[in-house]
Amino acid sequence: MAVTDAPRIVTARLHHEDSHTLERFLATGGYDGLRKALAMTPEAVAAEVDAASLLGRGGAGFPAGRKWSMLRKAPVTYLVVNGDESEPATFKDHLLIEGDPHQIVEGTIIAAYAVQASQVFIYVRGEFALGLERMQQAVNDAYDAGAIGNDIFSSGFSVDVVVHPGAGAYICGDETGLLESLEGKRGFPRIKPPYFPAVMGLYGQPTVVNNVETMSNLPWIILHGGAAFAALGAGRSTGTRLFALSGHVRRPGAFEVEMVKTTFRDLIYAPLYGGGIRGGGELKAFIPGGASSPWFGPAELDLALGQDEVQAAGSMLGSGSVVVMDQSTCLVRVAWRITKFFARESCGQCTPCREGSGWLERILYRIEHGSGRAEDLEVLLDVCDNISPGLHWPPEQTTICPLGPSIPPSINSALTMGRDEFLVHIKEGGCPLG
Amino acid sequence: MAEAPVTAPEAAAPAADADRVHFTLDGRPATARRGELIISAAERAGVFVPRFCYHPRMSPVGVCRMCLVEVSGPRGATLQPACFVAVEEGAEVVTASAKVKKAQDGVLEFLLVNHPLDCPVCDKGGECPLQDQTLAYGPGESRFTEEKRHFEKPIPISALVLLDRERCIQCARCTRFAEEVAGEALIDFSGRGEMVEVATFPDRPFSSYFSGNTVQICPVGALTATPYRFRARPWDLDQVESTCTTCALGCRVAAQSSGNRLTRLLGIDADPVNQGWLCDKGRFVTESVNGGGEGPADAAHPGPARITEPLVRVGGELVTVSWAEALRVAATGLDQARAGGAAAVGVLGGAQLTNEGAYAWAKLAKGVIGTDSVDAQLGDGLPADLILSLPRATIDEACAARVVVLLTGDVREELPVLFLRLRQSALAGTTSLIELAPTSTSLTSYAAASLPLRPGDAPAVARALVGGDEQVAGPSHPEGPAWSAAALESARALLAGAGPAGQGVVVLVGRASVAEDAAVTAAAVRVLADALPAARFLPTLRRSNVQGALDMGLGPGVLPGRVSLSSGRAWFLEHWGSVPEARGRDAAAMLTSAARGASAGGVATRALIILGADPLADFPDRRLAEAALRAAELVIVVGGHHTEICEHADVVLPAAVAHERAGSTTNIEGRVSRLGHKLVAPGSAWPDWMIAQALAEALGEDLGFASADGVWEEIEQLGSVHRGVTPAVLESAGAHDGVVVPLQPDRARRVAPIDPIATPGVDSVERQGAPPRVGVTEADEWPEAPAAGAAPPPVLAAPAAADPPEVPLPDSYSLRLVSARRLYDGGTAVSGSPSLAPLVPAAVARANPYDLDRLGLVAGDQATVRGERASARLPVAPDRGVPRGVLVVDFNLPGGGLANVAAALIDAGALVNDVRLESL
Repeated sequence: MAVTDAPRIVTARLHHEDSHTLERFLATGGYDGLRKALAMTPEAVAAEVDAASLLGRGGAGFPAGRKWSMLRKAPVTYLVVNGDESEPATFKDHLLIEGDPHQIVEGTIIAAYAVQASQVFIYVRGEFALGLERMQQAVNDAYDAGAIGNDIFSSGFSVDVVVHPGAGAYICGDETGLLESLEGKRGFPRIKPPYFPAVMGLYGQPTVVNNVETMSNLPWIILHGGAAFAALGAGRSTGTRLFALSGHVRRPGAFEVEMVKTTFRDLIYAPLYGGGIRGGGELKAFIPGGASSPWFGPAELDLALGQDEVQAAGSMLGSGSVVVMDQSTCLVRVAWRITKFFARESCGQCTPCREGSGWLERILYRIEHGSGRAEDLEVLLDVCDNISPGLHWPPEQTTICPLGPSIPPSINSALTMGRDEFLVHIKEGGCPLG
Repeated sequence: MAEAPVTAPEAAAPAADADRVHFTLDGRPATARRGELIISAAERAGVFVPRFCYHPRMSPVGVCRMCLVEVSGPRGATLQPACFVAVEEGAEVVTASAKVKKAQDGVLEFLLVNHPLDCPVCDKGGECPLQDQTLAYGPGESRFTEEKRHFEKPIPISALVLLDRERCIQCARCTRFAEEVAGEALIDFSGRGEMVEVATFPDRPFSSYFSGNTVQICPVGALTATPYRFRARPWDLDQVESTCTTCALGCRVAAQSSGNRLTRLLGIDADPVNQGWLCDKGRFVTESVNGGGEGPADAAHPGPARITEPLVRVGGELVTVSWAEALRVAATGLDQARAGGAAAVGVLGGAQLTNEGAYAWAKLAKGVIGTDSVDAQLGDGLPADLILSLPRATIDEACAARVVVLLTGDVREELPVLFLRLRQSALAGTTSLIELAPTSTSLTSYAAASLPLRPGDAPAVARALVGGDEQVAGPSHPEGPAWSAAALESARALLAGAGPAGQGVVVLVGRASVAEDAAVTAAAVRVLADALPAARFLPTLRRSNVQGALDMGLGPGVLPGRVSLSSGRAWFLEHWGSVPEARGRDAAAMLTSAARGASAGGVATRALIILGADPLADFPDRRLAEAALRAAELVIVVGGHHTEICEHADVVLPAAVAHERAGSTTNIEGRVSRLGHKLVAPGSAWPDWMIAQALAEALGEDLGFASADGVWEEIEQLGSVHRGVTPAVLESAGAHDGVVVPLQPDRARRVAPIDPIATPGVDSVERQGAPPRVGVTEADEWPEAPAAGAAPPPVLAAPAAADPPEVPLPDSYSLRLVSARRLYDGGTAVSGSPSLAPLVPAAVARANPYDLDRLGLVAGDQATVRGERASARLPVAPDRGVPRGVLVVDFNLPGGGLANVAAALIDAGALVNDVRLESL
């Protein structure tokens, strides 16, 4: 078991009851990173983050520093913080928003300073009632403390922050769906080109969209240096990452682990983390990076928790959620439940996702509930192929946004790992597990 | 074996051009304009990419995914929407690979997942892009065996449009149309996933003058129009390209009929005119042409029926007679009336006629009967000689002008599709609108400067606009001008910035209020024309073929070809044999003379010929019109509908209307376009030119006409502005969208991109002797020199400025009346169409909240509008767009127990009309 002694970067304060308050934050080094950043040039701050090689923690894993450097020069630029974490079994940002909102504020202002943003929006999932309350309180307190607003910490740098509640749709967590939602429109992801919000984002202006956890890393990076961050992990995957571990483990929860040097086996079995399969059961499969990632089986347990490592094995770390399934799990049911989620959350804008998700859900429901037919399996795969041609990884897509190609992986994985289960469902007219 | 040398394709490629990019389309070299979308570049290269959401007149959204093609890129060839991705230099586009085919199969199968396949009972069946493209590109069979989604079907989203959400494929064409084109975002998507539906906002129906366009561009049967629903199958419809005659814009339409009933009108994408769009009044006027609707509910709105047989009044009753008898009675009556001088005959109306009909009637009135008292306008337009003398702009030129001055009524109410065009220009930021209007209008929010006017103010504001720094004479209100100094300043800056002497300026000239004498607007127009010699003018006279009628001489003091009576006398004397000696009366003078007899001066008007018009509904002063019709010894009505005017008629002659006639019309810009002769007129109704010819014969003369084409040949030979516009030119491929007169041989024609989804089959109609229209620019094939022969008379020259009429100040208790035109009013097109008739609003007295506050009135209160000669109880409505001291009661709307309450209040003899608003 390799539980590294890497420092806790984003969860250091969470063991305190009052970790969300300004008092606790200030008492534990809060805003020191911001003060240090404000004494540097914006370019130096950006260089530090570049040196840290911080990959975006939202799902796509795009290097944060590079994202910033793509920002088109314009009189008005926006920084938008994505806190619309809505995928099933994903709850790491939730924890940070409720547990350490000031850390997000601090990181956000550091980022706003680095890119010289004119205005910041923090978009928090609408269902996070407590999170919204704490985020807003933190912003209010930060204004009072001089960490937001005019002439922040007498540095001459000024920026305003608005906390915006999400609109109740998973798709608003998509970068461009979020921007549309923020503009008061339906959360329809934008069609490309233009390819990046850095060129044309919120209200048509250059915009950086960063994830809550990405922001939370910034104070530490500024305080300890990009090199210290880059010393953690390996390869392109530096630093630590917060994983939301759930499913059939003894200790479900969010764990901050050092990247690459930790494996899925460590995360699932280490007593400090998952503590192994509940009831001493056997691992059947696990979802390595959220509902849209292809599944792994026991053979991939020793894979390192690194972006490129997981990618090379045919999946992704994605949203940082790991769902463990033991031998009691019906893979048909899992595929159905995940597909049902995507069918419900498809925005309905483009045809393959809108129609395909509902069709797939109906077929899976039928199979799980005893009305499956032998030809269904071919149809399932071919419908998936019409959404994501080739069904390879990383996926291609016939849709506008990544929600479409998020649908096939669970179905494809379930069929690959458990085709016999589907056949039994069809043959026996229902789920053997009841 | 020796091979022939092959030239490298690069060698053959044209030189690099900054505006063109080269790419490969299915392996063949092709070029595109820089920034052009793959879908249109491919189409021009002869490769049709299937599509649903893409529409050439709206911004692409790329949502249906039907147009996915393979495009090479940094990560190899990927599927990209051809409607959203522009052609890049060197791109390789593949539209027919196995991968593309699979994507097309997939998308079509997806689209049919929740589509009900109720094609046998769907109006779209037979002309359905979903059917057609499924057949052409689809997998042939669906593997979907699940339950489809369900919605209540259909639900009304407006009075005219029904929505079947089950059939909807979420292409966003209708929602985009509403927002982008009409500017009324009253429909949008609601819900998500496969339950996404098009929805209206709660209690806010999709009430738009343009709602019918959404039905036309819907690629499935989700949107249907109540007047057409379940009335026909597309394969039973015959169609011909024609011109809408509802207003004077001249939108091109496909007129479709079945069993000699006009079943449906579809907008055709005539690039210089309507660009595919129609207003609902023009689209659904079909019912009026047919003499009423066909549904059971339509009986509740019995509109005017069609006149099918000639009638003469015998013993107080109109009885059906033969044409010969009716013409004999008419001729006898006319001979009696003109015994004391031909000026005793007045001809009123003519805007509903074709050019050929108008010319024949002008020749009959002026060349045979000998009267110049002829007026195609009903006192609600502007002086004919002024309109004909203005240097004219085309619609395209207006929409491309740097500055457009709006000295007109609400364009959306009067010429709806022109509103769509101007709105686009204003939104594009290339055209600045300066609005001079008595109330805020649909274009006010798009205007760069808005100068509100009170009745009588127009000449003063025109002088202020073009004048130097000298003080402008005070406008006609004690409070001073209604416009702000800042607005005037910015308008002047815009005008000055456009160019010297009005270069780059187009002035839209119309009649914003019929409660104000036309002389007021005319004086303002003269000021602008005088001060801005390089500016051009686009008249916004609204009624049907009014421009054609005036061009054909149906106005006092003018002769065919836009020439004045005096300058054209010799020419027409030579060709007609007779021309009136003196200038005749206009509509108001004719009616006044008929009503008052000799006391009004000159030879009294004793006989009135009413040409396809109803002065009782349309003349601003109902009392005068009634008195004139009662007093006239002879009233001959030539028309298509049994309106109230028939009660005063001694002879009624049934005329063909709309697409029942061959011939042509002329729109506001002077564009002559051909009507499609699609229907046989009901009963024994004749085309207007034939009625004129027959009446002339009954009077013992021969106009020399045997066909509409024959009339046009004479127009081309004699009309100064019509020379060179031969029947051959009008029939040429270059004249699909009409020909602007006078002919400008160097004018290349632009051909519009056609949306195959919105105009099913229209393409094939056009192909008769002509290549299909695809978006290219072609030089026309029109002759350069006009036909040989003696030089025709000069056309009317630009008017000189004249002293404006002196408008008296109102007293402190009065409000100055404004009466503007509304699209849905008491006219025949609306009242004769049961679907449109319920949409006519009730008259409301609109005033500035300040004036209502003074009287203690709040919105909805009933108040008395008291004029010199009548008063009426009307609900009041506060409207900040109305200047203080002004009361607006729109024209030809029912209210206070009257069918046209404004006409009861207006005295046509007054320069302006003052009324009082009383709370009791």
